[in-house]
This record gives sequence, structure tokens and C-alpha cells, in this order.
Amino acid sequence: MTALANSAGENPRPHQALAHGRVDAMAALRDAGITAAIAFGLFLPLIGFQTTVNGENALILITRWPLLLAVVAAVGIGRLGYSVLLEPRLRQRAMRPIATTPSALRTFVGQWFVPFGIAFVAAYPALVLATVGFSRSVKWIDNFGIQILIYVMLGWGLNIVVGLAGLLDLGYVAFYAVGAYSYALLAKTLDLSFWVLLPISGILASFWGILLGFPVLRLRGDYLAIVTLAFGEIIRLVIINFTALTNGYAGIGGIPRPSFFGIPFNADDNGFAAVFGLPFSPVYRVIFLYYVILALALLTAFVTVRLRRLPVGRAWEALREDEIACRSLGINTTNTKLTAFAMGAMFAGFAGSFFATRQGFISPESFTFLESATILSIVVLGGMGSQVGVAIAAIVMIGGTEIMRDLDFLKKIFGQTFDPTQYRMLIFGFAMVLIMVWRPRGLISTRAPSVVLKERKSISADLVKEGHG
Amino acid sequence: MTEKNESSAAETLLRVEHLTMRFGGLLAIDDLSFDVGEGAITALIGPNGAGKTTVFNCITGFYKPSSGRLALRHGDGTVWNELAMLTDSGARSVTTGNGALFLLERMPDYLVAQRARVARTFQNIRLFPGMTVLENLLVAQHNRLMLASGYTLLGVLGFPSYAHAERSAIDKARDWLDRIGLAARADDPAGDLPYGAQRRLEIARAMCTDPVLLCLDEPAAGLNPRESAELNALLLAIRDEFRIAVLLIEHDMTVVMEISDHIVVLDYGVKIADGVPDAVRNDDKVIAAYLGVAEDQVGEAEAEVGL
Ligand SMILES: Nc1ncnc2c1ncn2[C@@H]1O[C@H](COP(=O)(O)OP(=O)(O)OP(=O)(O)O)[C@@H](O)[C@H]1O
Ligand SMILES: [Mg+2]
Repeated sequence: MTALANSAGENPRPHQALAHGRVDAMAALRDAGITAAIAFGLFLPLIGFQTTVNGENALILITRWPLLLAVVAAVGIGRLGYSVLLEPRLRQRAMRPIATTPSALRTFVGQWFVPFGIAFVAAYPALVLATVGFSRSVKWIDNFGIQILIYVMLGWGLNIVVGLAGLLDLGYVAFYAVGAYSYALLAKTLDLSFWVLLPISGILASFWGILLGFPVLRLRGDYLAIVTLAFGEIIRLVIINFTALTNGYAGIGGIPRPSFFGIPFNADDNGFAAVFGLPFSPVYRVIFLYYVILALALLTAFVTVRLRRLPVGRAWEALREDEIACRSLGINTTNTKLTAFAMGAMFAGFAGSFFATRQGFISPESFTFLESATILSIVVLGGMGSQVGVAIAAIVMIGGTEIMRDLDFLKKIFGQTFDPTQYRMLIFGFAMVLIMVWRPRGLISTRAPSVVLKERKSISADLVKEGHG
Repeated sequence: MTEKNESSAAETLLRVEHLTMRFGGLLAIDDLSFDVGEGAITALIGPNGAGKTTVFNCITGFYKPSSGRLALRHGDGTVWNELAMLTDSGARSVTTGNGALFLLERMPDYLVAQRARVARTFQNIRLFPGMTVLENLLVAQHNRLMLASGYTLLGVLGFPSYAHAERSAIDKARDWLDRIGLAARADDPAGDLPYGAQRRLEIARAMCTDPVLLCLDEPAAGLNPRESAELNALLLAIRDEFRIAVLLIEHDMTVVMEISDHIVVLDYGVKIADGVPDAVRNDDKVIAAYLGVAEDQVGEAEAEVGL
């Protein structure tokens, strides 16, 4: 009895010590040692030994002890760094008060970030032309500008479904595909212009959203996620196998390219360059496409911002928070989910038809599950429900993977045989893990209220639910 | 006899008849019948597991009763004359010049709230924790606002009719916030409120749906005596100022005896007493159920606990 009381009195309770942000050196070292041991066991067969073919074409086993040691040491030191540097901070953060009135600096940044961002994006083609010149600007405007904006738009569309309504949709790319194929097929057969077919593709995509949503939205949580995943695959498989309509794996080529209100972007006498008395260059078409997708993305953002302040948007968020409470208040949850699904699908359809006209060629390869996963990670990384967060995440993820395509400088570090593109996805995954450790609820995790009586306060992610489908 | 029945029927708002609810082999409610009077506070009490919450879930459409009829009236008492016809017709509701009659067991949960206008709270509070207090009250006015926003279309285009409707919805929310003493916290997340305030907010949210019947599942649970007294005042105001009927599940007998007009007692899904507070308080069966002894031993048990 006394002994128990004594020992309890002598040792400060470990949790207390940790709670104050101090570090228990012994525990940190022990954790690092255990992690290194696990890494050693794991990497011994994977890295320690390698089979190669020798001069006589026989298989021989070589050992790579220095490399193995280096990797194990890196893992151990990484674990030590985590316990010493990162963990105390994470724990301190967990104890921060919940509702916060933002500081003056944050309010200032928050107020000016969006207008500044839009101005920058609007001026981006001009900035690129001014800095890298005419000939190299296509790459920057097309690969970076347009590509990123497509994903920003898709992220914003999926954000309605996942971030606001809390329905985990793993098959979002299906609606992107419906939009793209609608545009491609209708444009080729009916010869209608992009501006006519854009809304039609959106409507067709949202029609499919409703059609798929009806049976699916009765399910919740993991079940919903799995069934939407299956629907995404089904649509892709139908596209592959319905060769009479879609031409299967071969895809559809020769999709009409966009024209500047009837003036085509080509080298002819009635082409854009000739009409405006400019030297011919592919840059004009790219710039035009850039502004089209910019306008579409801004439309998505504008509509979403509006919807959030309307009863339907509030019902989406309420649905994410508590579906049963919604029904007790007379909200038809099936219809509310369907509108979220249809709205998200419509924007994916818009993006899809833009994608088709930009590429001029589409095939099922462009609509794999990887695409859905990318869009979903943009939403999760950005912070579910936050439009600014989603935009930043799209820039980081898509821009990042594009930049990593030419990481030639890494060859100087790791030698000429090093192929940086092969490590693109590894670096990318690693960065994602880091971001999720740093900000588990996404880059922008606070929720802004949709209506204010007296004072605008942001709501901490700890209170906001993620939804259960 | 018939005459008395008819005059009381005129004041009846909700009529529960032969309600039975089975969960597999468990008979949670067994042939329960009682009436909820217009503009009255009816308490539903009973020991834990008696089936009170199950009754609520049947009334509000969350459970489909195994059998029984749940009829609710809007307008004046003459609509009760339609009851037999409505039951035979297989329809959910009938509307006459004098009001309407609803068969709640035939309606899905959200329509019970939307059309029959029965609002409820939950035993374990179900607010929207990540939304502000004000937003919680606006979600409750969803259907009216949805109509005003032209099912979103006019709202997206920024028509003034919606802005007007939203302003009046905010005014209504503000009234309720003043009433429950939460006006200063309107812009705080609901999940951040203390427990008693969350209970009050849930009641205010239910009231924002403009109900004719308000069902409260243990609203005083976890409240301190002062909060409990405030709750009594709030419920009496709902009855007297708004003339809204309240159906109340409650374990706190001081609340029940003080404010109810009529008490129904359940035990193991069976109704064991039904009447005014004084009659129920002295009912031997009720005392036996609460003390957990056989009826004929009530006297001894009472002496033991010092009643
Ligand atoms: N969905 C369900 N499935 C199976 N059994 C259920 C279900 N809901 C309730 N029950 C059972 O029905 C009985 C009555 O439960 P109910 O929740 O209505 O009691 P209660 O009177 O509200 O009790 P308390 O005072 O503890 O809230 C219990 O035995 C319970 O286990
Ligand atoms: Mg209960």
C-alpha cells in the first residue's frame, strides 16, 4: 500500500511531462531504436541483397551493406527527429482552444488572398509571355496553367459532394468521362459548337449523376465509397467495350477544336492570327483555352459560394453533420444528397467537355481510378469544404508533379544514371504523408460560417464532422 | 358516454391507438393507446427501457410500428370525422376545409416533420456541432427558405424575394436566441456550447420548424437545478404563448409533476397509468414500477425508503 503510494509520488506521470511539450529522451531513443530495427528487418532482403547477371550470364548475389546501413540510419534518425521536433508541437496544437477569432494578420491575408489570387491567375498568361518569351510559353500556360485549372475545377466540383455534403465519392472521374465523351460524340456527329455542347455535356453528366445516385445514395459511409468506386469502373469499362459508339481503347480523335467565336485557330487566311494581323502561333489557342477554363473554374467557385449561403447548401452541410437531425427537421435527405451529387457531376461534365476540346483526342486511359484518387486527394489535402484550400492543393499536387517531370538537377547529386521521373510518385507520396501529419484536416481546416449575426468567427475542424455518406 | 368521448376527441391533437412495436422477439411496446391534448403538456414517463423513446420514434416516423394507428389533426376537431374514411382509403393524409388529418405511421420521417409538423429533440443531443448556433436555427427553417429561393434557382440568380425570406428567418432565429438566452453566442459553433445550452438550442431549433406538436426526449437530463427551472419556464411559455402541444419524456419528477397537464406511465411497453399528475403520483402500480417491487408490497417498500 505504502510502496504503491510512494512510487506513484516519486515518478512524475509520463503523460504530464509530455503534455507540457517536454521530451522524454529515453523514450525517444527507444522508439528510434525499435523503428530502426524494424527497418533493418524489412530492408535486409529488399536492399541488403541484390541479384544481378555477371559476365558469364549467371545469376549472382551481391550485398549492399553501406546502402542498407544508410537507409536504416535514415529511418532511425527520422523517427528520432519526429519524437523530438514534431511530436511535442503536435501535442501542443491538440490543446489549443477550439473557437478562435482570427488575428489581424490572418484576417488581412484572408481578405486579400482571394482577390489577389484571381488577379494573378488572370494575368498569368501575360506574365508568362513576358518572362519566358513566345516560343516557350506554350508549355507554361498549357502544362501548368490549363492543367492545374482543370484540376482546380474538378476539385471544386467534388468538394460539393465530399466536402460539403460529406458523401465519399470515389468514382467522380466517371462524370468527367461522361462530359468528355458527350462532347466528343455530339461535336463529331451533330457539328455543334463548344458553347452549345458545354451545357449539354454538363446536363448529361448530372443526369448520370442522378441516375447512379438514386440506388447508391441509400448506402452510407464505406459502402457508398465502394459502390461509387465500382460505378466509376463500370462507366470506364462500358466506354472500353461499347466500341460501336466509343471506339473502345483506340479512343476518339479529331474532336473539333475550339474557335474564337467562329474564327478558327489555324494558319489559314481566315484563321485567328491572319484575321487579327498577327504572325501565326499556337500560343493564341492555348491562351484562349486558358481563359475558357479559368472562366469555367470561376463559375464553379461562384456557384458554390452562392449555394453555400442558400438553404440547399446549408442542408448539405447539415447532412454532413447529422443526417438524422436533418430528417427530424423535415429535410428530404435523399433529394438533398441527389442535388449535391448532380451538382458535382455537372461541373465534372463541364470540365470533361473542356478536356475533350483541349486534347482533341480522348480515350479510356484518361479516366482511370487514379484520376478519381487524385481529385479526391486534392479535396482532402486542401481541407474538405474549403475552396481556397482545394485550389492551393491542386496547384501543389498537379504543379508539383509537373515540375518533377524535369528534375534534371537531381542528376548532379545522384549521378547520371539517376532518373528523377521514376521517383516522382515516391516524392509525391512522401510529401502527402508529411502534409497529412502536419495538417491532418487539410491545408485550410477551419470552416467559415455561411451566415453571420454579429461577428465572423472561424470554426475549428475539431467540431466539424466529416460525414458518413 | 358517447358524448363525453366526442367532446374530448375535439380537443385531442394526437391519438395513439393500439400501438405495438416489435424488435425481433422483443415486444418493446404492447398495445399502447393514449391521447395528446391540444395546447397541453403530456408527459410520458416510465423506468429505463420502458419503451418511451420507441414511442417517439414511431410518432416521428423513424420507426415503422408493427401495428397500430397514429392520427394527428390540424385545424378544428371536425376533421376527426374523416378518420375512418382515411384509414380505409390507404392514403397518408386528408385535407378538408376545416383542417387536415394525418396518419403518421404511413409517413416517412421527414414528411412527419414537414407536412404533419411534428418536431422532436433527441435523448442524446443531435445538433449540427460544426455549424453556428444561428445556422442551426436556419437549417430548421429549410423548407420555407427552399420555397423562397425558388428551389435554389432564384436564389443563385440573386432574386430579392429570397433575401427577404432569409432576413425574416434570421429575425425568427434571433427571437428564439433571446428567449433561450443565447443571443450573444449566435456566431459560435453549436458544438462549443455548454451542455444545458445545447439542450435549449435543440428545443429552439425544433420550434423553428413551426410545429403543432413538440416531442422532447428527456430535455432536463444533465441540467442543474437552475437550468431545470429555466427549462420549465420555457416549456410553459411554449404551451401558453405559442399554444403548441408538448409531449415530454422525462425522468426528473420535479419537472414532470410541476408542468404536465397529463401523464402517461409506461412499464415494459405496457401502459400502467394515465391521468392528471396527482392521480398518477399516488397510483400503486406506478410506485411499484418505479421502486421495482410487486404491487402488494408497495406499503412496505414505501416505509423502507421513508415515503
Ligand atoms: N432499434 C432497436 N432495435 C432493437 N431493440 C430496440 C431498438 N430500439 C429500442 N429497442 C429496445 O426497446 C426497448 C425500449 O427501449 P427505449 O429506448 O424505447 O426505452 P426508453 O424508455 O426510452 O428508455 P430510457 O429511459 O433508458 O431512455 C429496450 O429494451 C431497447 O433495447
Ligand atoms: Mg429513451
